[in-house]
Amino acid sequence: MTTTPATLSEETPPPCPAGGLCPLARRICVSVLDSCEAIGATILHLFQSCGRLTMFAGKAVLHAFLPPIYLRLVGRQIMDIGFYSLPVVGMTALFTGMVLALQSYTGFARFNAESAVAGVVVLSVTRELAPVLAGLMVAGRIGAAIAAEIGTMRVTEQIDALVTLSVNPFKYLIAPRVVAGTLMLPLLVLTGDIIGVFGGYLVSIYTLGFNPSSYLTQTWDILETIDVMSGLIKAGVFGLIVSLMGCYHGFHSDHGAQGVGAATTNAVVTASILILISNYILTQAFFS
Amino acid sequence: MTGDGKKLTTKLQLCGLRKSFGTNHVLRGVDLSIPTGRSLVIIGGSGTGKSVMLKCILGLVAPDHGSILVDGAETAHLDTRGRDRLMQKFGMLFQSAALFDSLPIWENVAFGLIHGKHMDRGDSRSIAIDKLKSVGLSEKIADLYPAELSGGMRKRVGLARAIATNPDILFFDEPTTGLDPIMADVINDLIVKCVRDLGATALSITHDMASARKIADEVAMLYEGQIIWQGPVDSLDSCDNPYVDQFIHGRADGPITTAA
Repeated sequence: MTTTPATLSEETPPPCPAGGLCPLARRICVSVLDSCEAIGATILHLFQSCGRLTMFAGKAVLHAFLPPIYLRLVGRQIMDIGFYSLPVVGMTALFTGMVLALQSYTGFARFNAESAVAGVVVLSVTRELAPVLAGLMVAGRIGAAIAAEIGTMRVTEQIDALVTLSVNPFKYLIAPRVVAGTLMLPLLVLTGDIIGVFGGYLVSIYTLGFNPSSYLTQTWDILETIDVMSGLIKAGVFGLIVSLMGCYHGFHSDHGAQGVGAATTNAVVTASILILISNYILTQAFFS
Repeated sequence: MTGDGKKLTTKLQLCGLRKSFGTNHVLRGVDLSIPTGRSLVIIGGSGTGKSVMLKCILGLVAPDHGSILVDGAETAHLDTRGRDRLMQKFGMLFQSAALFDSLPIWENVAFGLIHGKHMDRGDSRSIAIDKLKSVGLSEKIADLYPAELSGGMRKRVGLARAIATNPDILFFDEPTTGLDPIMADVINDLIVKCVRDLGATALSITHDMASARKIADEVAMLYEGQIIWQGPVDSLDSCDNPYVDQFIHGRADGPITTAA
């Protein structure tokens, strides 16, 4: 009697990697293999996402420089990202500068080094606090708004409609936001620098009793061009990150309200994390 | 041949079009051709691949295999510039109208003229208002925003946008979905009028049989990713295809199963 291959495949189970082991060992073996598979899938997904993000960023930057450039849209985004973020960034910088003056005064008083307050305020604000806090605030305000707007456009087929009307979505939607974000954040940070230092000045003069003229002299003497420039360059990078993350997550939003919600959350979270990571890398590059 | 004896040329032709998403084989070799100036309606149940087929033709989804010929030229894998040029031949009415929320109505209609054909904004506005009038909308709504319009008005604006650039080929993706029967009939009449006025070739997808009967010269049925029947709209009721028969009469019993 002959046995057909079909009969064989029905009767013989596929070979098990943990075959021949006791049930407990087999279960452990299968769990380990499952875990390895899950880890492998996560790593592959991570690489895939990084590749996709890099391609997206490359296309976005390319289309920001190649004509046609939609100046009207860039202008609108400059208003949204720059002008309308001024109150948020201004308030953040003002109170950060004020708190910094108070905290550094109470700390330095223990070492009789109160005169260092002016220098600490101006260096902390220009080098770190203004760029990072402005970046995070703009990530919350603008990154989320960009992701929600573009995600909604994706879900409601508005992006498909752009393509059918012979308009490249990268030129019309992505490039103006990336250009505006990269240009506007340094201006916001410059404004934040001035307001933050002014906040420290107010507290130092009216609460801590510093002499106004010597406070300003100390501030001016300790400040170097690199302190301001490094903050502005960081701000440009943060602006690029915030706008790119908003656009990327919105553009690849899943369908439905849940997809747009997830895109918004992911845009803010990834932008915030990337801001903190790139802040360390840039600080190392500028000051190490 | 047409009724007046003229030979018909093929405007749009699909050959062996396939598209899969993972293990889900949506299009399994679609063969279809539409003669110039004719209106073809594709019918079929939800999830049979109608929208994916339309998106493949428009380049919104890349097909895995097969050929898409427009005026005899292959368009399945065009670069961005080629695609932009090709898109100027097309006008599309989306299921949800897909109007741009941030733009006023006139700018929605004139969008293809301003950005696709680089026309002056003033001239574009007057053309947009003419197109709005041609779909039965008043100039008064030109400066409103899409959120301020009803569903039927949004569809009309979408139709005005689709015809604004006088395209050769018009696509309608479920044009009457979500509309009451009277408004659906108004939209159907407008589609017939616009297609005739432009002399355009039309491809519509719908599962609304009243709409199909009104706007089609020919009907094709898509089932499980393949065209299983194609013929003149007049022969729809007399065709002996059991799938078509079940679909057009809306019967639960028949060869088409609804199990997920």
